[in-house]
Amino acid sequence: MSGSAVGTDSPAAAAETAAATRTVTQKDQWMVESQVFHTYQHYSSLPSKAQFVLLELQRDKHIEFLTKGLRQLGPSFSVLDANRPWLCYWIIHSIALLGDSVDDELEQSAIDFLDRCQDPEGGYGGGPGQASCFSILYLPHLATTYAAVNTLITLGGYRSLSSVNRWSVLMTLKQFIIFSMHHGGEIDVRACYTAISVASALSILDDELVQNVGNYILSCQTYEGGIAGEPGSEAHGGYTFCGFATMLLINEANRLDLARLIDWVVFRQGVEGGFQGRTNKLVVFVFVRVRVYVIVRIQHSLQCNRRKIDQGGVSALMQRLHISLDEHFVVSAAGEGDCSTESTESSVRSDLSEGEQSVEGTSFIVDETRHNREEGHQTDLDRVEGGFRDKPGKSRDHYHTCYCLSGLSVAQYSYSEDADSPPLPCAVLGPYSNLLEPIHPLYNVVLERYYEAYEFFSRR
Amino acid sequence: MNSHGDHKMPLSQRPEWSDVTPVPQEDGPNPVLPISLTDDFRETMDYFRAVYLADERSPRALGLTAEAIALNAANYTVWQFRRLILESLEADLHEELDFVDVVASSNSKNYQIWHHRRWAAEKLGAEATSRELEFTKKVFSADAKHYHAWSHRQWVLQALGGWEDELAYCQQLLEVDIFNNSAWNQRYFVITRSPLLGGLETMRDSEVSYTAEAIISKPENESPWRYLRGLFKNDMQSLVNDPQVLSLCLTVLKAENVSHVFALSMLLDLLCHGLQPSEELKNAIRALTSEAGPPGSDLARTVCSVLERVDPMRINYWKWRKSTLPSQVV
Repeated sequence: MSGSAVGTDSPAAAAETAAATRTVTQKDQWMVESQVFHTYQHYSSLPSKAQFVLLELQRDKHIEFLTKGLRQLGPSFSVLDANRPWLCYWIIHSIALLGDSVDDELEQSAIDFLDRCQDPEGGYGGGPGQASCFSILYLPHLATTYAAVNTLITLGGYRSLSSVNRWSVLMTLKQFIIFSMHHGGEIDVRACYTAISVASALSILDDELVQNVGNYILSCQTYEGGIAGEPGSEAHGGYTFCGFATMLLINEANRLDLARLIDWVVFRQGVEGGFQGRTNKLVVFVFVRVRVYVIVRIQHSLQCNRRKIDQGGVSALMQRLHISLDEHFVVSAAGEGDCSTESTESSVRSDLSEGEQSVEGTSFIVDETRHNREEGHQTDLDRVEGGFRDKPGKSRDHYHTCYCLSGLSVAQYSYSEDADSPPLPCAVLGPYSNLLEPIHPLYNVVLERYYEAYEFFSRR
Repeated sequence: MNSHGDHKMPLSQRPEWSDVTPVPQEDGPNPVLPISLTDDFRETMDYFRAVYLADERSPRALGLTAEAIALNAANYTVWQFRRLILESLEADLHEELDFVDVVASSNSKNYQIWHHRRWAAEKLGAEATSRELEFTKKVFSADAKHYHAWSHRQWVLQALGGWEDELAYCQQLLEVDIFNNSAWNQRYFVITRSPLLGGLETMRDSEVSYTAEAIISKPENESPWRYLRGLFKNDMQSLVNDPQVLSLCLTVLKAENVSHVFALSMLLDLLCHGLQPSEELKNAIRALTSEAGPPGSDLARTVCSVLERVDPMRINYWKWRKSTLPSQVV
């Protein structure tokens, strides 16, 4: 961001002018860059043994932080009082990613709690008895339904899965989506994603629900290539994930302009190694998962669409697929059906496939737990607090912990050709013990739990 | 509404509430995620539950929702019920927007607030137009990229109107910060959807000139490059044939100490869509490579190679682009 305008006399003069006329965007960017580079510099100045230690994921501390939250939250959490299913999901999913589980007592309490949030008319509210007494589902209700269902799937087991009143959920989902599409109501790309993700995860996805969703998401792909929350809004990382994942779930990803989409996505990675949510905005941790996932998925998308990924071919997601995106381009350029079927085993299975960018992307995340320590944020200097945060200078929370770990997991498994074999050590930054559980990227639940839920629900 | 540390009288001690029995939250015997709520919070929500379950749509219930919102502006059930009360009481929605202004001042990223504004503005119709446009402007003066505010502003323009000064406003924002992608996005929105302008194709030439200027001043700025591409959405042939675009790329390529990434990327797209490169272009690209010798016929491949070098963060992307070049490309 410190280039000079075309036609200026000397680099020095240009730099001076640039500094004097720096915009807000440039100033913010410069600040984050310097903070991050400070971290990287510190890291590179350490002997390699210390570096290795620095990169170790502080599992115990994270689990401690997470479990503590489940048992008790302080008064500052009152702003999340209407969003407890989300807290449930962020915490329980994070624990599952770390390969751990909550004890039986907590598990039963969680299932019971979510059941109290369940609306007899369908769906889940933000707290016990908070579900709408009125029949129309509201947007935030949709989001808490997503969080609750994902939590129950993550907990797994008969009691957890059977507690979901699936058909009521389907009815209210339909009411919401169909009503909103028709009346131009309270709909956005995230609403589409939460509804479709829930319906799909519960094996209740049907044509009526899906009808106009593809058209809507298509109308949200912007001139930049990314996807916005509503038609006309700015292309945004979170909505791009939601939109793209939904299109995959309903088997319409082909309808998007995939070339522009991937071009936008790859340019979201910044010099710091992390990813921006929007063009010319700052990098944030949460978008690592989005980016890595979207990049990897685009390459599989055409193939997946033809194979109808939702039906019996979940493992196809993890299979190594030929780049059929090639076909797409050759065909569109040549304008003929006769496309080259020479499967180019592309070296690009993701922007991060060669390890370097993956290292930078993931080290950016892992470093922050240590960065916390270096800055002396915690009172007890011997302990690292646990948890993750947005970027240097921000404080940790459950939301960022959840999505950072999810992003790490996706990055670790992005090279994997086979669902059953674990990633090679080179895929994992730091000690191999940093390896997390793999997730199903479309739903963001631990893969094993997704399989269990799929078996459970598809039989009923 | 009390705030800033003023001690509210507990509801249980207010005579006007003496007929109401508060309803506690049914957390169950062993709740997870129990939040240590303050007494004030707990009591307010207990009384709220009482009026909500009784469906009492009275002025005192309205006041109570305001108190609940002050404690937790993210409780959608409270906002939803407030809307029902406002409708039943046929309340003045201009005053309601005043109320939202105050709540928004400490909660601007809260989805509920924006949704509530939209609801109130929709009911008010054209009366709310200038107020809502002013309100979003105020938000942008503190955060020019505020996502909710931009969505709201776009909704206002489309539902209620007010397009007259919008292009000028975008211009203003871009003068202050040429990197503001939200402003570029809004510009695109205006160009393509304003009923007062001629539509994308009519506006295209002047927009290309405007964008070219922005690019020349900061070639490393991704926003105008994407905007430029967007001006030719679904019409690649016009992009390829537009002399301004090619000339712009050449100018940037020949400059020193500037980023060439976006210019090269644009050229790659042009070549992939049939651009016949001039000698000048071939020379400009060759000047960026370390290759000597006779000009290779595969200029697009060369561009990809240069990009691999000047944009190493995306080396794999450029390799993939190279491997997927259409066969007829020069």
